[in-house]
Amino acid sequence: MAKNCHNDYKMKFSVDEEFPDLSLHNNHMAKVLTKDIYGKLRGKSTPSGFTVDDVIQTGVDNPGHPFIMTVGCVAGDEESYEVFKELLDPIISDRHGGYKPTDKHKTDLNFENLKGGDDLDPNYVLSSRVRTGRSIKGFTLPPHNSRGERRTIEKLSIEALASLDGEFKGKYYPLEGMTDAEQDQLINDHFLFDKPVSPLLTCAGMARDWPDGRGIWHNDNKTFLVWVNEEDHLRVISMQKGGNMKEVFRRFCVGLQKIEEIFKKHNHGFMWSEHLGYILTCPSNLGTGLRGGVHVKLAKLSTHPKFEEILTRLRLQKRGTGGVDTASVGGVFDISNADRLGSSEVDQVQMVVDGVKLMVEMEKKLEKGESIDGMIPAQK
Amino acid sequence: MPFGNTHNQLKMNYSAEQEFPDLSQHNNHMAKVLTPEIYANLRDKETPSGFTLDDVIQTGVDNPGHPFIMTVGCVAGDEETYEVFKDLLDPVIEDRHGGYKPSDKHKTDLDFENLQGGDDLDPNYVLSSRVRTGRSIRNFCLPPHCSRGERRAIEDLSIESLDALDEDLKGKYYALKNMTEEEQQQLIDDHFLFDKPVSPLLLASGMARDWPDGRGIWHNDNKTFLVWVNEEDHLRVISMQQGGNMREVFTRFCTGLTKIEALFKERGHEFMWNEHLGYVLTCPSNLGTGLRAGVHVKLPNLSKDDRFGDILKRLRLQKRGTGGVDTAAVGGVFDISNADRLGFSEVELVQMVVDGVNLLVDMEKRLEAGDAIDDIIPEQK
Repeated sequence: MAKNCHNDYKMKFSVDEEFPDLSLHNNHMAKVLTKDIYGKLRGKSTPSGFTVDDVIQTGVDNPGHPFIMTVGCVAGDEESYEVFKELLDPIISDRHGGYKPTDKHKTDLNFENLKGGDDLDPNYVLSSRVRTGRSIKGFTLPPHNSRGERRTIEKLSIEALASLDGEFKGKYYPLEGMTDAEQDQLINDHFLFDKPVSPLLTCAGMARDWPDGRGIWHNDNKTFLVWVNEEDHLRVISMQKGGNMKEVFRRFCVGLQKIEEIFKKHNHGFMWSEHLGYILTCPSNLGTGLRGGVHVKLAKLSTHPKFEEILTRLRLQKRGTGGVDTASVGGVFDISNADRLGSSEVDQVQMVVDGVKLMVEMEKKLEKGESIDGMIPAQK
Repeated sequence: MPFGNTHNQLKMNYSAEQEFPDLSQHNNHMAKVLTPEIYANLRDKETPSGFTLDDVIQTGVDNPGHPFIMTVGCVAGDEETYEVFKDLLDPVIEDRHGGYKPSDKHKTDLDFENLQGGDDLDPNYVLSSRVRTGRSIRNFCLPPHCSRGERRAIEDLSIESLDALDEDLKGKYYALKNMTEEEQQQLIDDHFLFDKPVSPLLLASGMARDWPDGRGIWHNDNKTFLVWVNEEDHLRVISMQQGGNMREVFTRFCTGLTKIEALFKERGHEFMWNEHLGYVLTCPSNLGTGLRAGVHVKLPNLSKDDRFGDILKRLRLQKRGTGGVDTAAVGGVFDISNADRLGFSEVELVQMVVDGVNLLVDMEKRLEAGDAIDDIIPEQK
């Protein structure tokens, strides 16, 4: 990223002269980065050329966000997490509930291990969705990759996805060539990713050469989607109207594993390690990279003074229905797991299923004018 | 923006064809000039400070075109960019600057005495007059590429030098970092302050990195002479005032600029300049004089005339909205300025504005009175 980083002249200046001004900042990077760490890392780069200034640029340029605690740094390749561990390990620990450099992460994509989840009340739960990301080994990540790399990833993805069949049979739509009307429709259906206007994204270099090499694949039923070359190489999404999270998760696991097999056959496995699980662009998505969530009507509960606390105890987080940096509309919230690293896919979706069930019951009680004091859960 | 794309070592594993940008939807100078051959020849080169071809062109790849203006679509990261990437930049310069050839020489003339007239543009029409230029400080990288340390050093040097100005140029520096939102908005409304970086043209070339660190505005007590530090160029120097006395604006401009240059030299720093390209700036469109001299002028009748665009062209002038380079006109008031930068001197360009605006105002008056302007349509300058 930013030339700032392989501007060789910068080494003529001292650490003090180069250290970013983080006085107004409130993101994970700003909390962790010291002059000492910066001094140690600033002369290093990964084999592909990513530097610490590349890692932190988005956090320097974006001091904070009104709704969310941003991470403020990105990886440019798999090796970033190793070369810059002095910066990234503390961030990972802070972001992922104390996860230590020696901890091991568990992957579990066996949907049979999920209990229940097929009966969330559709009067409240409007839709269910599970997404994750995958990075393809041997390529650099979206903040850093060249056009040639990006196009190759796209090509590989198209090949792999084209071989899916049955409920997964579908089609690829490159962003280039999509009409504005098609694009708006897909955005309204919650299928398509944002045009890159978020400064979190643009400052990290992920919008370069847009829309070259980007696209969306979805099955004919529009219940299984893959985004190519947005914030990660692949984002894999299973979704449908209503509250049958079990079905959504089943499709998610089955589809994901089929895709992985096909990529492996082409000698391009996914980036994964025992310690960090699936390796993605943003440190917040390490581990499972999984966000399992629902759009749910919680008009009463959301105005209850204990709403936030309940969410925290259930290890859930709320977002607006437009995605990560939007506000809620009409009492409908996007409720999903807060964790990514240190618990498995099954664990996380279980928390969503159990937690949402409880919150819907609370909502019903509050509607009837009853108290929910007896239902407040313990910290999970 | 100049991102890892540019210093990503793995990209050389891909062929030039695999890496060549898709410019099929594009309409900017870079897209008109860049061929797969040029790309292949230049893609593994870099300037001494590490700026690459992909850095140069990123903004043009990310911004296919603009509704009001023909954008350049490329930037320099340092003085050497214009040499190392001349195979791309010479044709861009030629296309943008009216056929300027690699062998041409540029003339600098900052002697305000050489301007004829210009002190009496009709203030009933000419609301304000302004002259700006840019300057780059040698041995530092340019805004798309400079590090925080470099940018801060440029700021420190600038503050030192500007603090030494006196008399009617005596003034004060306001770092963007410390400015309140109210101060900032007031300065924007006064047409003093530069844009918060929202233009994708700026963002995509990396000039907004670390904002607002190292950026600021210096102005004299009278608010008629301003210097922007570390926006699109190291320095932007602006002389301006209400009304139509362009002569006075230009006099102050030349005097101030010459003093600033001397102060920088005293501190061991000169401006980037050469015989061929004149003053070297970030955007190839600003080479030569880097000078844009203009007025805000009321031309509600003339601007509706079919011949307006053609008249401007013949006078070697261009129009913009009153908000700056990528805005639209409001209420019949236009920003009219010289179209040229390179191949003409400062005096020559301001002369074109003075003479041209005088004529445009005459035309406006005629049209107001219901008279024809056919006999005063100018020749192509």
